[in-house]
Amino acid sequence: MKTSLTAMALVLGFGAPAMAGKAEVLETYADIAHAGYEDSLLKARELQAAIETLLADPSPEALNKARAIWIEARVPYQQTEVYRFGNPIVDDWEGKVNAWPLDEGLIDYVDTAYGGATDENQLAALNVVANPTFTLSGEDIDASEITPELLADRLHEADAVEANVATGYHAIEFLLWGQDLNGTGPGAGERPWTDYASGDACTGGNCDRRGAYLTAATDLLISDLEWMTAQWAEGGAARAAVTADEDAGIVAMLTGMGSLSYGEQAGERMKLGVMLNDPEEEHDCFSDNTHNSHFYDGLGVRNVYMGEYVRIDGSVVSGESLSSLVAQSDESVDATLRTDLNATMIELGQIKAAAEAGLSYDQMLARGNEDGEALIMDAVDALVKQTRSIERAVAALGVAQIGFEGSDSLDNPDAVFQ
Amino acid sequence: MITRTRFSNKPGKTPDRGPGRAAILPGAILRRPRFCPPEDIKIMPHLIRPKTNPASPRFRPGFAFLSRSVCIVLAAGMFSAAPISGAGAEALEDVHLDVVPRSESEAERIRKVTAPTTEFDAPEPFETNPAGAATVRARKDADAFSLPSGNISFGHEMDFKVGNGLFKKVWVSSPASTKASDGLGPVYNARSCQRCHLKDGRGHPPEDDDDSRVSMFLRLSVPAHADNAMTEIETYLAAQGIDTPRSRPDPVYGGQLQDLAVTGHAAEGQMRITYEEVQIALSDGESATLHAPSYRIADPGYGPLSDDLMISPRVAPQMIGLGLIEAIPSADILAKADPDDLDGDGISGRAQIVWSRAHERPMMGRFGWKAGNPTVEEQSASAFAGDIGISNPLFPGAAGDCTPAQEVCIAGPHGDGDERVFEIDREGLDLVTFYSQNLAVPARRDVDDPEVLRGKQVFYESGCIACHSPKYVTHRLEGQDEQSFQLIWPYSDFLLHDMGPGLADGRPEGVADGQEWRTPPLWGIGLTEQVNGHTRFLHDGRARSLLEAILWHGGEAQAARDRVVAMPAGARAALIRFLESL
Repeated sequence: MKTSLTAMALVLGFGAPAMAGKAEVLETYADIAHAGYEDSLLKARELQAAIETLLADPSPEALNKARAIWIEARVPYQQTEVYRFGNPIVDDWEGKVNAWPLDEGLIDYVDTAYGGATDENQLAALNVVANPTFTLSGEDIDASEITPELLADRLHEADAVEANVATGYHAIEFLLWGQDLNGTGPGAGERPWTDYASGDACTGGNCDRRGAYLTAATDLLISDLEWMTAQWAEGGAARAAVTADEDAGIVAMLTGMGSLSYGEQAGERMKLGVMLNDPEEEHDCFSDNTHNSHFYDGLGVRNVYMGEYVRIDGSVVSGESLSSLVAQSDESVDATLRTDLNATMIELGQIKAAAEAGLSYDQMLARGNEDGEALIMDAVDALVKQTRSIERAVAALGVAQIGFEGSDSLDNPDAVFQ
Repeated sequence: MITRTRFSNKPGKTPDRGPGRAAILPGAILRRPRFCPPEDIKIMPHLIRPKTNPASPRFRPGFAFLSRSVCIVLAAGMFSAAPISGAGAEALEDVHLDVVPRSESEAERIRKVTAPTTEFDAPEPFETNPAGAATVRARKDADAFSLPSGNISFGHEMDFKVGNGLFKKVWVSSPASTKASDGLGPVYNARSCQRCHLKDGRGHPPEDDDDSRVSMFLRLSVPAHADNAMTEIETYLAAQGIDTPRSRPDPVYGGQLQDLAVTGHAAEGQMRITYEEVQIALSDGESATLHAPSYRIADPGYGPLSDDLMISPRVAPQMIGLGLIEAIPSADILAKADPDDLDGDGISGRAQIVWSRAHERPMMGRFGWKAGNPTVEEQSASAFAGDIGISNPLFPGAAGDCTPAQEVCIAGPHGDGDERVFEIDREGLDLVTFYSQNLAVPARRDVDDPEVLRGKQVFYESGCIACHSPKYVTHRLEGQDEQSFQLIWPYSDFLLHDMGPGLADGRPEGVADGQEWRTPPLWGIGLTEQVNGHTRFLHDGRARSLLEAILWHGGEAQAARDRVVAMPAGARAALIRFLESL
């Protein structure tokens, strides 16, 4: 049955005279990626400027300004997450920029109740900010100068422990907010601005080294985003990879949509937290910005399908869309998927609304908070439902099956064991 | 403090124990049966695939026909002299899988496709994909072992990701505000799965006494007393005529040494390793230096260690391809067994038979350094209980590996008894199991490189494939599409082999004696350094390179190892290059 449907779709697809071309759809896809990473880069540079101000002239206002820009910077970046799945260039790079959760004690002081520093992860209380020299896997490390290289090459995932996140948005987030010690109660991290003050006003110790860490992490974020923006520019490797084979490119688009929606977002980032009632299972846990993180992840999926992205300056990048391509094969599949994507945005929007009204995402995770759990699980269900429709779109387009291709490989000697 | 040096494990020798002295364990009890079947033994024809005539669809009665594979089955106790009983065939049935039986024509095709190649001019078809359709691209970073099966659906990807969350999750001591995360210990080796299975790859021994020991631990046992009641598996094996050394967990310290404990509890002790250098001369003027380890337990926390304590050091193995290994037909593994070396090639190979807690019956053991667990689920459940102290539906004891002699530990506090019932509930265990079954094997690199092909030829022609069997086709499965009917290349027979005194731990486990180890799969081995930042191999990570790992091979593998020592240096280098491409 599936075979015949696929065959039919192929015939229709190739036979239709005025089809939206896959090449144009892929071009839109790459254009949106480029704009998204470029916007992320622009915001990261704004963040860098705000941090320079904070370090030059520490004040509550300067810290709040940097925090506000960090939250703005997450808006374009989260919309690019859909590119991570299906694009090896992005997937291989992403861990440097957006890894979580992290053992923040690697970076800076933590609450004494933090614990676990001795056995689970010897580096969980390493506190690079306070220690200019330390031993790592039996090797003496000179960290008297905190550089991007130290963070990226020595500290990040040190000792093969994934929680040793030394770089990226969440390391910066921790340095701006500090630990959220409120559990599933209200409130985010409350790092005092004086953690960046000079002389006797300095709290938390080593304010200059903390500032140096913040500077190095931000510099690194900028260079990473510059690199990724270039990959999607005309002639860039990521753009070339996704446009080299049109069917494979379309599969990459759909894989990214489906994998982010279902496994990554609905599963690891949302369902797991509900299962465990654990405020640590919160994507942007220091800043309590998780509702936005989820919302803009969802919007990124929709952007890819609709071929449209609203940039940080309000301008719109748009072009031939995957939606129109699917509609040519099967209008009802397209209509259902669009409906599903919109429904997801409503569910994610409700989480965002509740969070912005004061019920932060970690509070929704509290054991016994049935309303909070329902808010999250409704969004999970919507994400799962839209993925079913994504699978139908794959079938309608007749591009290679994302799912179980090859599971019957021995039955097909020509395609065996692919 | 008791010192354990390398075990020489000479049969019949009296144990010589004491601080600072070598402990030589009795080998006499470890010997396997040496007999060929009496003629009246009946064979289940459909279970026998004679190696010598693999195409033969039917069993023909008569002793002359009894090829080594038949002997194996007999010696391994699959079939007793009595009419075939349910128990006799039980261990061969893959009850953990929902199998669609193979047709004769399928079986014939599989026999052809899994026969080891004799052509080395070019790669074989599909060789690039060691896990069939479940293979994933070989990432160039430390995440190479962390991707889900290449053929996974979006829905299952969610289970994989949530399972990953549980695999990474750090368990905390009870009582804690996060009810779903407490239950650690009271004694434990690690606080999360991931902490031992670093990057889903393999663990390593500590660099020195100050380095983390978390990805390695010591298993413990003592010989059973004659008056100890028989366990279910002992009763079963005895009925099958299999003479196995009986052992029990240490009455105080249990089945493994937990070197960490939650606040208020004592750790059981600390593993200490010292190494002694051994020079090995190789052909063409080359040489190698092996590090021979000695193990001892320092700071025992629950009283003196018993004199007859047996210890076995283990590093956490890599996690890739486990669901595929689980999906190999037991009959195909048994077909390679030859416990009495009837073909005279110096290689025996015995199947491990263990008691399944989940299925309450004997099953073939496949997982662990001595194949002590039959399924990924039981491997995971036993690791939760033993390594982290987390109770679960298969190991309900909240105190993990604690024994009644450790009263404070038994008393708790524990994390069970809330709405999860166990410290990890059925749903959580299923998710971790699913995750573990679907960590994907990366694609081979450079399969067509002339040096790699040359090394492949050396590997095949030096006798390595006598145990490191290249290929299988997995069962056709209902409801497990990722693993169903795939041509896979694990390079293992998953059988127990005598690896000689140098590698011996002197600690029997089930059917395995103190010198026997399960052939580990080799897929992904060339990515160890990329994933884990080290090249430590073998059960205790003593080998610091692939060459050292080869040189440690003894016993049944002695001849193949000697060939590697004697072969021209160029051939040896090519062999290593081939292994690095796996």
